[in-house]
Amino acid sequence: MGSLKIENVKKAFGPVEVLKGIDLEVNDGEFVVFVGPSGCGKSTLLRVIAGLEDSTSGRVLIDGADVSITPPAKRGIAMVFQTYALYPHLTVRNNMALGLKQAGTPAAEIERRIKIASAMLSLEPYLERRPAELSGGQRQRVAIGRAVVREPKLFLFDEPLSNLDAALRVNTRLEIAQLHRRLKATMVYVTHDQVEAMTLADRLVVLNAGRIEQIGSPMELYNAPANEFVAGFIGSPKMNFIDGAKLGETAKTIGVRPEHLTVDAKSGAWKGTVVHAEHLGADTNLYLDCEKAGLITVRIFGVYNAEPGSVLYATPDAAKTYRFGADGKVLK
Amino acid sequence: MSTATRSLPRTIGAHAILITYTVIALFPVILVVMNSFKSRAGIFGAPLTPPTTKTFDLIGYTTVFGQGDFFHYFQNSLVVTVASLFFVLLFGAMAAFALSEYRFRGNTLMGLYLALGIMIPIRLGTVAILQLMVASGLVNTLTALILVYTAQGLPLAIFILSEFMKQVSNDLKNAGRIDGLSEYTIFFRLVLPLVRPAMATVAVFTMIPIWNDLWFPLILAPSEETKTVTLGAQLFLGQFVTNWNAILAALSLAILPVLILYVIFSRQLIRGITSGAVK
Ligand SMILES: Nc1ncnc2c1ncn2[C@@H]1O[C@H](COP(=O)(O)OP(=O)(O)OP(=O)(O)O)[C@@H](O)[C@H]1O
Ligand SMILES: [Mg+2]
Repeated sequence: MGSLKIENVKKAFGPVEVLKGIDLEVNDGEFVVFVGPSGCGKSTLLRVIAGLEDSTSGRVLIDGADVSITPPAKRGIAMVFQTYALYPHLTVRNNMALGLKQAGTPAAEIERRIKIASAMLSLEPYLERRPAELSGGQRQRVAIGRAVVREPKLFLFDEPLSNLDAALRVNTRLEIAQLHRRLKATMVYVTHDQVEAMTLADRLVVLNAGRIEQIGSPMELYNAPANEFVAGFIGSPKMNFIDGAKLGETAKTIGVRPEHLTVDAKSGAWKGTVVHAEHLGADTNLYLDCEKAGLITVRIFGVYNAEPGSVLYATPDAAKTYRFGADGKVLK
Repeated sequence: MSTATRSLPRTIGAHAILITYTVIALFPVILVVMNSFKSRAGIFGAPLTPPTTKTFDLIGYTTVFGQGDFFHYFQNSLVVTVASLFFVLLFGAMAAFALSEYRFRGNTLMGLYLALGIMIPIRLGTVAILQLMVASGLVNTLTALILVYTAQGLPLAIFILSEFMKQVSNDLKNAGRIDGLSEYTIFFRLVLPLVRPAMATVAVFTMIPIWNDLWFPLILAPSEETKTVTLGAQLFLGQFVTNWNAILAALSLAILPVLILYVIFSRQLIRGITSGAVK
């Protein structure tokens, strides 16, 4: 129970086509993350799945049943929003109970589910408070709790952590991961955050301008990106793209990740001067202006002392260099 | 706090301006109330002085309560104002919600059409309105006044409320939809409480012109049964003699109900439970 299938879904707002034909299958119990640049249609796709927005064409199937004309409340889904969206006039308990009451669930059953969910999310001390009397992190846990009590087939998360500060984000991320493990529910999650995407996802879906660029496990996308867009989007710092012609290569563009470059003071493939060095403790990011390759980023593990202006040679790991054709696709 | 914003000359300057404005705004009101407690000779002899033991006289109030059925006029005014206000707020908010929430063909045009009434005074249509009321047999009923005032108040209400409703978080409404709330519940339980300050503002702006209006009561409902306070006060305005005591007393009394309604609405302007819904 809890599989999702999207068939050729298109969505246009007036003349603007936001989703240009999305096909996707999510298996039962899977954690799928949508990533992509701002405005590429992630939230729109999620809202179409939830039924908050009608698709212009295409079908959405939950558990094999076409839900294209089913209202959101009857789709067996729950959604967590970026802005929490708690009911301001209700206590935490009633916030969680409202959807179940609406569906006619017996009071004892509602009570039981709230008990389990609030224990899971450590919300017991706050059950009688209003949202205004909670911190941001607590509010987002209530929003997650409100989704959990519905016992949905499918959880939808739209950037649930982006309003939280860095420390809280890590904690809540862990909670969501544990929640997924415990409930074994199907989850679809939208995020901007690389780390969230890589750590939570069973499978990543990279969207760009209303199209799916690639689907795969985080490591598949990292190790074998299908095209220049995915290669540049996955991984941080971003992959270096170098004009193939300058290196005397046949490929249009050569890509190499900052962590797959080594530097040496005396010899190497590309000679360059250090423009800037970022010391992060665990690793060091060097920005080199190379004669042949232009401005590139090199990531070195551990501490590396390099003065701006000094000369260094960078060498790419040949086995981990990507070659892209004129259409942006990887050349085999 | 920094000294820059609390320097003495600035504070004095700001207060001087505010006090001057308050005095100017309150002066006529105080004059009316003050003189309503004076004898006729007192009013004409020294209009600017407060009542003294010599000039103090309740003749105005006794006339008002003795002559005509002022309590009844008050009741009429109150019924008309409160009923119109209720319909303006209800229909105004509903129309504003539809305009701001749903995408449909002609949405913008409809919004413009509904806002047109802000620019065109409803009194231009008086003759047509009168014919309409005669034809539908509504002349000399409070219903006629309520209908006209509702129409008069709606454009501004829709205009202001739709702007405010656009600000209400989409996520909140969507959360309601996922929890299975009907569109009506979303409107009444989630959206309306969040735009309460705007509703209060609209209420105040709508209420005062209705309460003070003389035009439509005079034309549509001048009968003894349906007279409003402003119309009732005309009783004391003669072509040759005017009973100033009674007029001033009637006007002073007429201030009270609006004042009470105003206090009720301005309390709503304070945002209470709305914070913390989103973000
Ligand atoms: N109601 C709407 N009417 C018109 N255009 C819309 C509407 N909602 C979204 N869009 C457009 O659709 C595009 C995709 O929006 P969407 O919210 O799905 O982006 P997103 O990928 O979630 O971006 P972000 O990461 O910033 O949240 C945007 O260009 C946006 O302007
Ligand atoms: Mg979004």
